[in-house]
Amino acid sequence: MNKKLSLGVVALVVVVFVFGAWLNLKQDVPPETATVGGMVINADIGGPFELTDHTGAPFGTRELAGDYALLYFGYTFCPDVCPTELGQIAEAIDLLEEDGDRVRPVMITIDPTRDTPEVLSEYAPLFHERLVGLTGTEDQIRDVAGDYRVFYRKFEDPSYTYYLMDHTSFVYLLAPSGDIASMFRYGTPPEDMAAAIRQHMNAQEQG
Amino acid sequence: MIARRLLTVLATALLLFGHGTPAQAHEEKFDELVISHPWSRATATNQKVGAVFLEVQTKTGRPDRLIGASTPDAETVEIHDHIRDGDMMRMRRIDGVDIPAEGSAVLQPGGQHLMLIGLKVPLFEETVFPMTLVFEKAGSVEIEVIVEAAGAGKTKAGGDHQRHQMTK
Repeated sequence: MNKKLSLGVVALVVVVFVFGAWLNLKQDVPPETATVGGMVINADIGGPFELTDHTGAPFGTRELAGDYALLYFGYTFCPDVCPTELGQIAEAIDLLEEDGDRVRPVMITIDPTRDTPEVLSEYAPLFHERLVGLTGTEDQIRDVAGDYRVFYRKFEDPSYTYYLMDHTSFVYLLAPSGDIASMFRYGTPPEDMAAAIRQHMNAQEQG
Repeated sequence: MIARRLLTVLATALLLFGHGTPAQAHEEKFDELVISHPWSRATATNQKVGAVFLEVQTKTGRPDRLIGASTPDAETVEIHDHIRDGDMMRMRRIDGVDIPAEGSAVLQPGGQHLMLIGLKVPLFEETVFPMTLVFEKAGSVEIEVIVEAAGAGKTKAGGDHQRHQMTK
């Protein structure tokens, strides 16, 4: 085999490999649906969890069964993104009026070191009277975040007097069965969330 | 507590009676900047951080730069930007915010904000707190920040723009 040809083969292998990696990466991002602003969900995302609520009591998917839930992963030392998203969740529930009673707002902290049940008990009611704040051990949080494909990482730097959390910011709609019915990207208007929830409720009633 | 309540009354009066009593008061001094609707969100009693949002316009026709801020209610105030890397959210400190010669610089949810670190008192909804903004050219400006609901977003809070303006 001459040099040029073997170089070409190597180049081809590299190109195929990179393309494969790109395809792989691409599949991790769920495509958005045109109708309701939610996303089509890969079946292996989500799952049961058992954590501690802001009163210190055990709380998990068992307690949520039978109701819809809007689930968010955030932290209280988050100055902008988390309050914005929790505000949107509360507004979506309000927009559903009476049907909103069937939707439980839930926040799971990704910063359990700071977010003890006591801290969450002051924070959660600011956004919605029924918002449940959940915390756990670092292992528990890592597991549930992994199940829901939430990425988070502590950002620490000597020039900062505090640490921040970098994190993905999705809102998950859990169906009464506990399965993820829809996922909303950061910035999804509350109207779109409400419409998606209404659509799931209607589909459920017809089915 | 009394002072805070008094401030609340003042803030309410401001909102009710209109286009900028403080605007006129500040305009008497200088005529360089317009700060529109500085607002923040209510915080929990044990919460140590908050964020302030506002819009700045320069009236001089020259660009300026917001380079710092402080408030008696927090140990420090930093200027932060929100970096959205795909679906990953990152908050990082920045040195300043450019105020363009024309148009305005908008600090709003999902973008740049003033991060209040080490809150000494909780921020209660419908109260106001004082803040000093420092600009490269215009110098220091005293403003009052209105505290809105914890979950207030840019659409909800934007309504009072015209009625809550401060100029220097």
